[in-house]
Amino acid sequence: MREAATPAQRLRRVLLTVGPGAFWLVLFVLIPTLIVLVVSLMSRGSLGQPVPPFGLHNYVRFFSDPLFLEIIGRSLWIGLWSTLLVILLGYPLAFYIAQSRYKEVLLLLVVIPFFTNFLIRVYAWIVVFQKEGLLNAFITAFGLPPAELLPSTLAVYVATVYTYLPFFVLPLYAAVERIDWSLLEAAYDLGARPVRAFFEAIFPQTLPGLLAGFLLVFIPAVGTFVIADLLGGGKVTLVGNLIQLQFGSAQNWAFGSAASMVLMAMVLLGLWLYARTQGERGLDRLV
Amino acid sequence: MKRILSFHAGLVFAFLYLPILVIVALSFNQSRFGVRFTGFTLEWYARLFSNERILEYLTNTLIVAVVSTAVSTVLGTLLAVGLVRYEFRLKNALRYLLYVPVVVPDVVMGISLLLLFDVVRDAIGWPRLSLFTIILAHISFQIAYVTLVVRARLVLLDPTLEEAAKDLGATSWQTFREVTLPLIMPGVMAGALLAFSLSLDDFVITFFTAGSGSTTLPLYIYSSVKLGIRPEIHALSTLMVGVTVLVILLGVLFWKKR
Repeated sequence: MREAATPAQRLRRVLLTVGPGAFWLVLFVLIPTLIVLVVSLMSRGSLGQPVPPFGLHNYVRFFSDPLFLEIIGRSLWIGLWSTLLVILLGYPLAFYIAQSRYKEVLLLLVVIPFFTNFLIRVYAWIVVFQKEGLLNAFITAFGLPPAELLPSTLAVYVATVYTYLPFFVLPLYAAVERIDWSLLEAAYDLGARPVRAFFEAIFPQTLPGLLAGFLLVFIPAVGTFVIADLLGGGKVTLVGNLIQLQFGSAQNWAFGSAASMVLMAMVLLGLWLYARTQGERGLDRLV
Repeated sequence: MKRILSFHAGLVFAFLYLPILVIVALSFNQSRFGVRFTGFTLEWYARLFSNERILEYLTNTLIVAVVSTAVSTVLGTLLAVGLVRYEFRLKNALRYLLYVPVVVPDVVMGISLLLLFDVVRDAIGWPRLSLFTIILAHISFQIAYVTLVVRARLVLLDPTLEEAAKDLGATSWQTFREVTLPLIMPGVMAGALLAFSLSLDDFVITFFTAGSGSTTLPLYIYSSVKLGIRPEIHALSTLMVGVTVLVILLGVLFWKKR
């Protein structure tokens, strides 16, 4: 018989397995987050670097200026509508794929854009929307004058939906695959009409996947700066653009940190609501 | 109903592929501007390959991806084993910390690491922003994904297999090497692949942690696009999409064989 491990042996095993990874996460995830919090309470130095005195002034400035509130509102608004559009496109698609004879091929067709470089996917829409682009080629072919489609909010919406659509379809597909269809039969047997049968028997089964997919799209869509930067250039400012600007040309790291904390607070609030209804298994669905 | 669903699916797939196909087509187009196809050419590919810088950016991208994937796969696998097998203090705190890189927006993660490197550099004069800092940053988000993927595999494992090995006299290390690791290998491979593709794809975190001389392909594409559309970028994008498709197809074949 083997002997039970002594406390010292157990501690050694924990340190050997969890130790290096935990150390890494503390050093490169926890501490940087705390630094952002501290810097967000500092002031702007003459070169843009954060300096004392400490205070809540960055947050006061953020929440008292309508400009910044508008940016937050716009980020949430565009994030929300993009996510709803993604659901509108992706939800039926997941059902179609799950019931298709060629589901493996179709799934592959969703996976390919998923793994295609993010910047290329955004860049593709510049090619479509630019002045001499695809869309204007169509418009002018009908004898209409070319439209100014870049930069525009429309382009930001289209590219956001496009970029995050595969993020939604894949987790939802996993949920649709596990659907117990006998419940649908039962609903019909009990006299439910098709629409009611769907919402009573099928929809609840897809809800965990739907919520996970919602967050997987909503969080990056609210936080993005690249899409608004390349397709909304100067016209559409999101909170991500604000943060990038403060750490870039505006040179105000303290204020940029405060904006980052606000963005993070919004995300954590959404996650907290999600975790309360879905539990930790729900968090695992986000990977 | 079925017809509406397939019509819808057709539209969505057209939406997903139209922009990519436009880029692929334009990369072979003679005309420098516009979307009118004026004739087939490989000129943009030739120009791309005559640009020595591209090779440097490609090398940078691959160095970052390979090194960060190797480190994060080892750390993440060990972390997953410890989390599943042992009880210890602050385990819950660590579990929540693990989700942070997954859920925090990239831009926040990017600036937080930028601040960390800045604080440390102020204190000890090192490290300046370079490939090294990009690698550190990439490991920091990859590690979470690897751990969560490997952990999902580990919890499905029958613990009696490990106990049997120990009863037969194997040490902890032998048990891990001979029993646990081979059984979770598919999970480790999947985690490593995910980590690798996340590194190749990352722009935002790289953007904040890169210095001069550490340009990667996504950084190059971004700065070129800011300067305007160029057919060379169509060619580069087409090649990158081609490699993506190839790797996915190889992966599928590999998985099917097993």
